[in-house]
Amino acid sequence: MSSLLPLAIVLPLTGAALSLLAINWRAAQRAISIVSAAGTTAVSVAILVGVDRNGTEVSSIGGWRADIAINLVADRFAALMLTISSTMLLAVLLYALGQRADDERSRWYHPAYMALTAGVCGAFLAGDLFNLFVWFEVLLIASYVLLTLEGNDGQIRAGTTYVVLNVIESFVLVTGIALIFAATGTLNMAMLPERLAELPDGIRLGLNLLLLIAFGLKAAVFPLFSWLPDSYPVAPSPVSAVFAGLLTKVGVYAIIRTQTLLFPDTNRTLLLVIAGLTMVIGVLGAIAQSDMKRILSFHIISQIGYMIMGLALGGVAAISATIFYMVHHIPVKTSLFLVEGIIERETGSSTLGRVSGLARRSGPLAVLFLIPAFSLAGLPPFSGFLGKTAVVTEGLDQRSWWIVGAALAVSIMTLVSMLKIWSGAFWGAPEPAPIEGEHAGILHKHPMMGAVTTAVVTLTLLIAVFAGPLYRFCERAATDVTDAASYSTAVLP
Amino acid sequence: MSYEQALLIAVLAGTGTYLVMHRTLTRIILGLGLLGNAVNLLILTSGDGPGTTPIIGQEGEFTDPVPQALVLTAIVIGFGVISFLLAMAYRAWTIDGDDDVEDDIADRRLAEQTDTSPESGEPT
Repeated sequence: MSSLLPLAIVLPLTGAALSLLAINWRAAQRAISIVSAAGTTAVSVAILVGVDRNGTEVSSIGGWRADIAINLVADRFAALMLTISSTMLLAVLLYALGQRADDERSRWYHPAYMALTAGVCGAFLAGDLFNLFVWFEVLLIASYVLLTLEGNDGQIRAGTTYVVLNVIESFVLVTGIALIFAATGTLNMAMLPERLAELPDGIRLGLNLLLLIAFGLKAAVFPLFSWLPDSYPVAPSPVSAVFAGLLTKVGVYAIIRTQTLLFPDTNRTLLLVIAGLTMVIGVLGAIAQSDMKRILSFHIISQIGYMIMGLALGGVAAISATIFYMVHHIPVKTSLFLVEGIIERETGSSTLGRVSGLARRSGPLAVLFLIPAFSLAGLPPFSGFLGKTAVVTEGLDQRSWWIVGAALAVSIMTLVSMLKIWSGAFWGAPEPAPIEGEHAGILHKHPMMGAVTTAVVTLTLLIAVFAGPLYRFCERAATDVTDAASYSTAVLP
Repeated sequence: MSYEQALLIAVLAGTGTYLVMHRTLTRIILGLGLLGNAVNLLILTSGDGPGTTPIIGQEGEFTDPVPQALVLTAIVIGFGVISFLLAMAYRAWTIDGDDDVEDDIADRRLAEQTDTSPESGEPT
């Protein structure tokens, strides 16, 4: 089974290479992308099933001893993230193919997208810090290309900030890694917990902060979030959907991984304060905006706060709440951007005030927006309600009243800003006016985009329906995550 | 780590940071190059001191090969990113004749709103 782990990276990387070779054959590129994305999804599901049955799986590249080899490690948390991410990447790929827009027609879309897939999968599976950095770079460089695919004025402007900030983040991360290596003599995440524990408190805190700053910028937590709402909206819709759903969550994954595995006994008050500020400031930003993509981008930030809150509360129950929250958040956020993409494709704009009356033009589209919107705000019976309940209950159990208060207030404000999109874009007289005699709904005009969006929204509903088994799985995953010793023994038997 | 190395890293990191704080993209790129070199040197110093080549079967105290492998990877990544940034700077120059990093349009609009009517605009 463990031989499956490299496949999750090799498949998309091969796809990227082949589609570079087929740079002038668009049909071949599409076929290659679909095959390798579907293959990656299948492999990750197989890994998930295997890991849940047999426990953590390890693959040492090149057959070296596990203490010096580059290891790929999949525990339940990593396998779960891998599965949900590769599913979303496949869905968004199909959506982009159905869009038949200029961004997908660009020859560089497919190679970059497959490289992004490889980077995301690699980051989840990386078993040592430097390898984690390398996969982060792979996904970042692919994301630079995807963000600036059209090379127009807005993309270059936003792309510059995005690239420069992320390069600086990489330097901070590499500095942290170099210092950790200097202090401990290893970067293997199975050996680090033991060796880091021997270091003086001050040095450990410094190393921890370096990693937190680096991954915090990636995850867009307060105060390192300012790049996100500027850069995501300029990307083509399918690209921003996958960025919004996945990229920040890879950062959150890295934060959870390093905090629980490498620095398990740190005081989490600072993290809790950061979580609260991230939630509140993110949602305040969302309320102030008047563009759908920007509102949704600010929501990403405030939702990240909930995930960090679960981590900061600590303990198996809170971590499992966080994992559940991440699993729910990825498809919900992706589907919101997919709906926004359909709107933009149909009306040519995402600015509230230029678009209105969509509910009258397409009832199904309105439903497709409302379900994830309510889910994100945390209304029952949707998946977001269960995720938020889990995190908030844990906050109540640990008597962190103020963060619970903040979480609930942010939830209401999220609803307010969602209603702003709703009343702006969906209510009122149809604008721009539909063509006379046109009866086909918006979704009929874009069958592939509509079908994919419906599938992703259905997935969010399924998460709510099967919340029981999924939550129990998250609890098992959280047990894996919080037990550094079991990680070490799995890698170094 | 010797004092010379530490000093060199400090100077590179300092000048790099100074350049990154400019508004022209070409200076930022130069600054990032310097910062990158500072970080690469830092990686190099994270191993032990010099020794013989690390080949299995070799006698004596050999150097730690890991930082060298790391620094090679970091250099390659840095090269790729800087090339990409140069292409972006060129693109910015062909679009509007300079390569200044501009404010975000929506941010600026929001700032203007709050400046002209402080009582109606909601501060962010």
